[in-house]
Amino acid sequence: MSPLAPTSLPQDPTAPVLRLTGVRHAFGATEVLHDISLTVAPGSFVALVGPSGCGKTTLLHLLSGHDPPTAGTVEHRGTSRMVYQHDGLFPWLTVEENIAFGLRQIPDPSTRAARLVEMLRLIRLAGFERHYPHQLSGGMRQRVELARALAGETELLLMDEPFSSLDDLTRRHLRRELALMLRERPCTVVLVTHDIEEAVELADRVIVLSERPARVQYELAVDLERPRSPTHPTVVQAVDEVLRALGLGRGGA
Amino acid sequence: MPPSLQGRSRGLWLPAGVILAALSLWQTLSALHVFPPSAFPDPLSVSRGLLQEVRSGRLFDDLVASLFRVTSGFVLAVLLGVPLGLWLGMHARLRLAVLPLVNFFRSLSPLAWIPFAILWFGIGDVPAIFLIFMASFFPIVLATTAAVANVPSVYFRVAKEYGLTRRETLLQVTLPASAPQIITTLRVTAGLAWVIVVAAEMIAGRDGLGFAIWDARNGLRMDLLVVDMIVIGLLGMVIDRVLLRLTRIPSLRWGYER
Repeated sequence: MSPLAPTSLPQDPTAPVLRLTGVRHAFGATEVLHDISLTVAPGSFVALVGPSGCGKTTLLHLLSGHDPPTAGTVEHRGTSRMVYQHDGLFPWLTVEENIAFGLRQIPDPSTRAARLVEMLRLIRLAGFERHYPHQLSGGMRQRVELARALAGETELLLMDEPFSSLDDLTRRHLRRELALMLRERPCTVVLVTHDIEEAVELADRVIVLSERPARVQYELAVDLERPRSPTHPTVVQAVDEVLRALGLGRGGA
Repeated sequence: MPPSLQGRSRGLWLPAGVILAALSLWQTLSALHVFPPSAFPDPLSVSRGLLQEVRSGRLFDDLVASLFRVTSGFVLAVLLGVPLGLWLGMHARLRLAVLPLVNFFRSLSPLAWIPFAILWFGIGDVPAIFLIFMASFFPIVLATTAAVANVPSVYFRVAKEYGLTRRETLLQVTLPASAPQIITTLRVTAGLAWVIVVAAEMIAGRDGLGFAIWDARNGLRMDLLVVDMIVIGLLGMVIDRVLLRLTRIPSLRWGYER
């Protein structure tokens, strides 16, 4: 149970994991989010895309319960965990100890140990247990973060541009790995990204936010099994649609 | 020869060569009588002085006295300064209120306290410990405060998310996150404390290496004075080496490799 749960939704497994109703947020006189309503069903993967500075990260902080919204309600159930852009790992802990951090809520030590081994295998870092984050590449570090976030009884995974500080090839690898991990360790995901291709490759629902103050401008469902090829016609077509929604379509809006 | 071994032996031979060169320069200068021998003891007379001081046991006694004072004053400053720094680092308003005063005392040469140290504590261990404390406490508070205040906020978000209590956050996040910077300060401050003990003992001591220097001066035994200087320099190096070992702790390496 997350200590941050703003308002709890019913513990029914078919009920929404996350619900925003009429959420507004302002920093002083600057309105960042304008009337956002969103319901996230269990097991779904939602991507929020939008122009930079439109309030995506602000929205994510409201979702995690770090900040209360100026108006409206944020409700979620279960434990939510965030994967940060970079440097979210504790540098004084080894890979193993960092992941174990995500297992704190599990009381039984043998379950914890088994889960740790499983997570290391999932992120393909078995053998790196005793390494410290500064001894790993950027991509490896993000995989450890992912493992830490997913290790416990996490029901809602929040991702704040988790691959944005990586090089293109690593980023593509990690998208694929995230898709494979979610297959073994299902979880509801809300991903904030400015990378349209990433959003379309991963999400069931791509939600396009407008410029500040952000509103839901456009929503697109992508119905295709993961992991998806970036050149699959459905993906290409979806990218095109999102680009058009952002006024960047072929031959102009 | 494996590269690491080669590197290690080179790391020993090069400084040894420089020290040998310095010794020969010293020998040459004294042989040329640039200064009269009474004011510029040559290496041989200093070696004889060293032997004499070691045999009489006085050198050892002075060394123990000085080390005891430095250790007491420094450890006291760490035990009080690090917690105060942690506390100030976590509370911005408190920091705003207290830091100017801490900065004031940090800027004040600890030697300025010597008259008061003697008035309050007389002659012996206590005034020296007091002065070493005054020299180390304020820099330690300042550096710890800065280290804690600069811990990236993402660590605290993570701590909150994973349900750490305030106490757990302090011990498992705040302290390890600021430890590398704190240890760097401890190294600098220990060096400072070692410099201060000599000055303190020169004026407020009856023994210790600082007093030995003063005593040698009064007895016009410049050879013994150089003996004490050499011992002080060597011990300062040893102290730094010991504290340097702290930075080799695996869970602290991250702080020194960026």
